[in-house]
Amino acid sequence: MTTTAMPVTRRDFVKAGAVAGAGLTIGFTLTGCGPRGAEAVADVSTPPVFLPNAFVRIGEDGHVLVLAKHLEMGQGSYTGLATLVAEELDADWSKVRVEGAPADVSKYANLAFGVQGTGGSTAMANSYEQMRMAGATARAMLVAAAAAEWKVDAAGLTTENGVVTNPANGKRATYGSLAAKAATLPVPEKVALKDPANFRLIGKTAPRVDMKSKSTGTAMFTQDFTLPGMLTAVVAHPPRFGAKVKSFDSTAATAVPGVQDVVQIPNGVAVLATGFYAAKKGRDALIIEWDESGSFTRSSSDIMADYRVRAGKRGTVAKHEGNAERVLAGAKGVVSASYEFPFLAHATMEPLNCVVKLGSDSCEIWNGEQFQTPDQGAVAQVTGLKPEQISLNMLFAGGSFGRRASPTADYVIEAVTIAQAIKGRVPVKLVWTREDDMRAGYYRPAYLHSIRGAVDANGAPSAWHHRVVGQSIMTGSAFAGMIQNGIDPTSVEGASDMPYTIPNQQVELHTTTLPVPVQWWRSVGHTHTAFAVECFLDELAAAAGKDPVDFRRALLTTSPRHLGVLNVAAEKAGWGTPLPAGRARGVAVHQSFGSFVAEVAEVSIEGGKVKVHRVVCAVDCGVAINPENIRAQMESGIAYGLSAALHGAITLKDGKVEQSNFDGYQVLRINEMPVVEVHIVPSTEKPTGVGEPGTPPIAPAVANAIFTLTGKPVRALPIGL
Amino acid sequence: MIDLLINGTSRKVDVAPEMPLLWVLRDELGLTGTKYGCGMALCGACTVHLDGVAVRSCSTPVSAAAGKKLTTIEGLSADGSHPVQKAWVAHQVPQCGYCQSGQIMQAASLLAKTPKPTDEDIDSAMAGNVCRCGTYLRVRAAIHTAAGQEA
Repeated sequence: MTTTAMPVTRRDFVKAGAVAGAGLTIGFTLTGCGPRGAEAVADVSTPPVFLPNAFVRIGEDGHVLVLAKHLEMGQGSYTGLATLVAEELDADWSKVRVEGAPADVSKYANLAFGVQGTGGSTAMANSYEQMRMAGATARAMLVAAAAAEWKVDAAGLTTENGVVTNPANGKRATYGSLAAKAATLPVPEKVALKDPANFRLIGKTAPRVDMKSKSTGTAMFTQDFTLPGMLTAVVAHPPRFGAKVKSFDSTAATAVPGVQDVVQIPNGVAVLATGFYAAKKGRDALIIEWDESGSFTRSSSDIMADYRVRAGKRGTVAKHEGNAERVLAGAKGVVSASYEFPFLAHATMEPLNCVVKLGSDSCEIWNGEQFQTPDQGAVAQVTGLKPEQISLNMLFAGGSFGRRASPTADYVIEAVTIAQAIKGRVPVKLVWTREDDMRAGYYRPAYLHSIRGAVDANGAPSAWHHRVVGQSIMTGSAFAGMIQNGIDPTSVEGASDMPYTIPNQQVELHTTTLPVPVQWWRSVGHTHTAFAVECFLDELAAAAGKDPVDFRRALLTTSPRHLGVLNVAAEKAGWGTPLPAGRARGVAVHQSFGSFVAEVAEVSIEGGKVKVHRVVCAVDCGVAINPENIRAQMESGIAYGLSAALHGAITLKDGKVEQSNFDGYQVLRINEMPVVEVHIVPSTEKPTGVGEPGTPPIAPAVANAIFTLTGKPVRALPIGL
Repeated sequence: MIDLLINGTSRKVDVAPEMPLLWVLRDELGLTGTKYGCGMALCGACTVHLDGVAVRSCSTPVSAAAGKKLTTIEGLSADGSHPVQKAWVAHQVPQCGYCQSGQIMQAASLLAKTPKPTDEDIDSAMAGNVCRCGTYLRVRAAIHTAAGQEA
């Protein structure tokens, strides 16, 4: 249920399974370490007394505190993790609170990664057993406490809504009243998990735990966090990637009332002041001469022109089945198409920020912390401290979509270097302006896909030859080890593993190198591969004279879950039934992060603009832990993908980013939001992600509808008519 | 010194008159429910009410608030009981939540002026409020609920 970021291959899941056992053992050691983090627990009157494991705390007032190992950035992880605990604990949901866990990989590792961090839509998938075990263990100890108190056999006792009951005599005891006693009992080594038939919360939509704070302005984001004596830092960043500070004059900046300090850091010049306004004014008053000898000065159009040339040449082979080249050489009516994708900014509502308190033997950090272990390592390297001397407090993130899972800890390090530059004199809050945020890079890379294919006499695809050109996200990051045989899996995922039965397939990759920093962006490689594959499939269907849904069905006979969501979406959308004049439907189906999603979009063109009226979405994400949140995440993923499909583009002109705010970088607004209907396909498979998988199919579904409407395929994003 | 009437309380602030109201609220008065999103009145995260009318505090000088009744998310209700806030919880609108103070203030202002808005009224009033989590369908439904209409 997490929004964003890390790609998870099947290999990772296998690895995760192996790690899971160890993780459980380590995770269940008793800890005296108090919780830190984001969620204010204002209505908890007593400190917890029962700490059965790293994830559950129970107080004598009956409150249950769940320590969340995953960042809450909107995707519902806090609610999902608490649901899993509360299900097995038989907790009273109204008494469940959630706080962010501290950085401690020995207890809070993401079992899909082996390190602590959030991403790849793994929060529920990797926690499904772990959090239920945490709840079940706590429950067993509370029941044992009641059994000891009442001198009866624990096996005869029942639990519900935070109360242990003895059905034999009707005696009842609340968890709060049993907490102190339970804390004295041994932690059982083995506990049984519920039969899913008896689930009371899983599958039943527990209300989100963060609704009140997020509708009263009290939720604590990094932007809102303060420490005594803290200064706000605003940084003047280089005008182009690769530029450096040559010299600067801070006379006017330091004259701004409130400005306390001006310091040079590797990323530019930081102005520190008593508040944002003064710091920003100070920054605007800086006179900086930049050393542009290392500047990147090319434009987006140059980059794409270069990519087109590369696409004409053979790349590193990512998939080779049959002989696509030979079949295409002999085929009649070869279809070929190129699809172009721009850089994309994440553009989270909360521009990036980070609070740092640097001491001589410690560094404490507060932010929407998404990548604890890599961040600890990066900060340790810069400060010379040990990773365990770096504490990370996970506050709510005002969105991330992958951005706060920085493979290089970029903005965290920037904040740390400012704290170092003032020798840790006071705590520092780094605040990026919207313009800083949008121009900093760490974009979804620009890509070009070039595909050739053919259909045989029966109208079935006979060959598919696919070249991908673009930057690697993993190169140079902590995840470079996942690059195998020159293939960054995030560049080709969704293309090299497409589900369609096509006898001859070749996928090649040209990895380019540019100084524009790139990063995962909600659904990572699937943001472009799903578009290229699903749009080209419609072009082949058109060449074969076949209906796009029928064409796909025939190619998905060995992929039942793809077929399942495709059939549900097509049926619920009324595929094949008449539409008002000027409207058409388009379809796309795609698997990402273990979940299968099909979307059918109803589209018209009004006044030269694309209007998406309705989207019918079918999702199979295994066990549906929280159906309402699954619906919300599909709506969200569709809105995010539609934003990019209709508007999203970061462009470079002579190396300068042309966009800086929501005027130049348009995003979806309420008047463009289509009706979205979500259908959850029932499943007993293990739960998989929902934060990202809603995003990939929407752009191709809309583009395919436009293809049907106009007869002209969409070959570049954002969609231009 | 500038005299402000914020959420029913008189406050004095010693700041430059051109300082944006947003930063006075957040950095001078500690009212952090109002958010910074763009600084150019493009996203609506900083929306507050001046004499009941929704304004973008990031682009409103503090001097413009003097002598007016200023309401922020902290003052919309004492306990989250404003009909818009209740509808927000009922429809589980927020995701990351960062834009929602602005969305709620904008919606409350819309309903004060147009108690029974149509979808078109809502779209037109709320189009200045960006939500990157894409909670728009729930925003629309919650506004209808707060208006006492079927969503």
